[in-house]
Amino acid sequence: MEALFSILIGLFFAAAVYLMLSKFLVRILLGVAILGNAVNLLLFTTGRIVREVPPIIPADLDRQMAVTANPLPQALILTAIVISFSFFAFLLVLSYRAFQDLRTDNANEMRVAEPEADGAPPTGY
Amino acid sequence: MAASSAIDLSQALVMSSAPLADWLVVLPVVWCLASGAVLLMLRKNVRIQPWLAIAALLVLLGLDGLLLWHVAQGGPVTMVMGRWLPPFGIAFTVDLTGALFAFFAAVIALAGGVFAAEDIDASGRRYGFYPFLMLLMAGVSGAFLTGDIFNLYVWFEVLLISSFGLLVLGSERKQIDGAVKYAFLNLIATTLFLIAVGYLYGLFGTLNMADITVKAAERRGDLPLMTLASLFVLAFGMKAAAFPVNFWLPASYHTPRVVVSALFAGLLTKVGIYALVRVMVMLFPVEREELSFMLAAAAAATMIFGALGAIGQSDIRRLLGYLVISGIGVMLAGVAVGGPGGVGGALFYALHSMVVMTALYMTAGVAGRIAGSFDLHRSGGIYGRTAFFSALSLVLFLSVSGMPPFSGFWPKVMVAKAAIDIGAWWLAGAVLLTGFLTMIAVGRVWTLAYWRPAEASAVADAVPRTSALVPLCLLVLVTVLVGLFPDTLLSQVQSAAALLLEPSAYVGSVFPQGVR
Repeated sequence: MEALFSILIGLFFAAAVYLMLSKFLVRILLGVAILGNAVNLLLFTTGRIVREVPPIIPADLDRQMAVTANPLPQALILTAIVISFSFFAFLLVLSYRAFQDLRTDNANEMRVAEPEADGAPPTGY
Repeated sequence: MAASSAIDLSQALVMSSAPLADWLVVLPVVWCLASGAVLLMLRKNVRIQPWLAIAALLVLLGLDGLLLWHVAQGGPVTMVMGRWLPPFGIAFTVDLTGALFAFFAAVIALAGGVFAAEDIDASGRRYGFYPFLMLLMAGVSGAFLTGDIFNLYVWFEVLLISSFGLLVLGSERKQIDGAVKYAFLNLIATTLFLIAVGYLYGLFGTLNMADITVKAAERRGDLPLMTLASLFVLAFGMKAAAFPVNFWLPASYHTPRVVVSALFAGLLTKVGIYALVRVMVMLFPVEREELSFMLAAAAAATMIFGALGAIGQSDIRRLLGYLVISGIGVMLAGVAVGGPGGVGGALFYALHSMVVMTALYMTAGVAGRIAGSFDLHRSGGIYGRTAFFSALSLVLFLSVSGMPPFSGFWPKVMVAKAAIDIGAWWLAGAVLLTGFLTMIAVGRVWTLAYWRPAEASAVADAVPRTSALVPLCLLVLVTVLVGLFPDTLLSQVQSAAALLLEPSAYVGSVFPQGVR
């Protein structure tokens, strides 16, 4: 099961990297979204995938009698999902704003902060 | 099924309340979050915002000072969250390195808060400059004080989202452009960090740094730790703007308000360096040794290309962006060399760079206002208008290029000497060459913007404002005092490096009964 997941995660990463290498912001955004999900799956797989019971201890026992699923990766993923989702939302708004203000979503044409005709500094008075 | 024998909960749970002094460990973060929330509620009240924020930052400085004193006296301190003992619970562990960084960060933030009182206009305050500043400080302090690596990731994200807010404050076209590059690349860097954390958890089944330190030392042979260490180097190198993953920094750092650039230059890249030192020196010392040539090559390239980039710029703020990068190279060189000299030098240089780069950006803001332009083609006549401010600037220019008797000199000596001691003379040469190139870059700013007579058409306010001079004087005083009397900081930095290289005190503070 882990091997299957590893291949899936590899595909996710490949797609994410391919999209992020694009010069168009929308594609980079899609890449970021896929990258976030790839990482979440990776975190999930590191906790080992088992078909076991959830880690809940019955009321009349004080310890778990069977092998349980690992709850920690799920807590980690929950945190990571919330964070990556909020960042995706921010980047989406930022990209839209950049498109409105700069009239382009092509990162190569965004030269406002680093103008191409920026000359060398003066060499004398 | 009958209940099994009773479990001894004292092995997993905190049974007694934490001593009062241990609360100091989390107070800087809690204080920043709380005061940030209060400032957010009073956002519309633009008049009292600066006063409240400066008061809050003063308290933060006091808390960090107390924490530093406490840690310097009694060694590393640990506080755990939610009654769970490590490695189950999230631990905040502070050693001398973390406390020193947190203290200097508080100094920077206070200077920035005072400088911002005039630099940020009413609309900037209404859009939440001060709340963002406090939340940024919460993230930065959290990153310096936490002892749990997933927690470190979370604090990275806290400071990242606050820095996005600060970066787009004002929303000029230039800022939007810079913010796009900054936001995307930094998010990818933190995602890389998260990937590395995921693998780390997969290998060790724990996220507590002290626990990982012990387990990595025990099980080094049968785990792919080199892959992991390289991933961490890439992620933190990107955060710290090391060559070749540094081009987001000169693309974005000159676009926001000057005080925001100053805070970023002082705080954010240094968090990356701190995390690199923490992970590579404390968690993976053997892997650092193996990667040291790669690190040294990256360090030399960062230094030289940063300094050359600075020479090629005609905008003062963009020039400073490249100086931030070349400074990162020196710290990276210290990490690459390792040992007490190298790591101590890297820590010392990081603390020096926090103070000096912040002050330099503030200087650039004031200079731009006096000279009428940030462009070296058009600015001039600052020395003729205000000699005192020019003197302050000159101190900072000399300090950033590593001239004695200012604070940049000592860490460079430490790093260069440590490099020569292990035979890496070329690395020491790169450090010295960087100092020379930096001198050329800042010397050009001095001759053109300060010495050259002003153009007749330039209209500008001639005198720097008090709110700009007070923090500048404070920071210049720090760099002069550290330069003239380096002994105190030097001994602290050396013992901090020793604690990182031999983390038994750190581990002992997290696991007083030994690792189970």
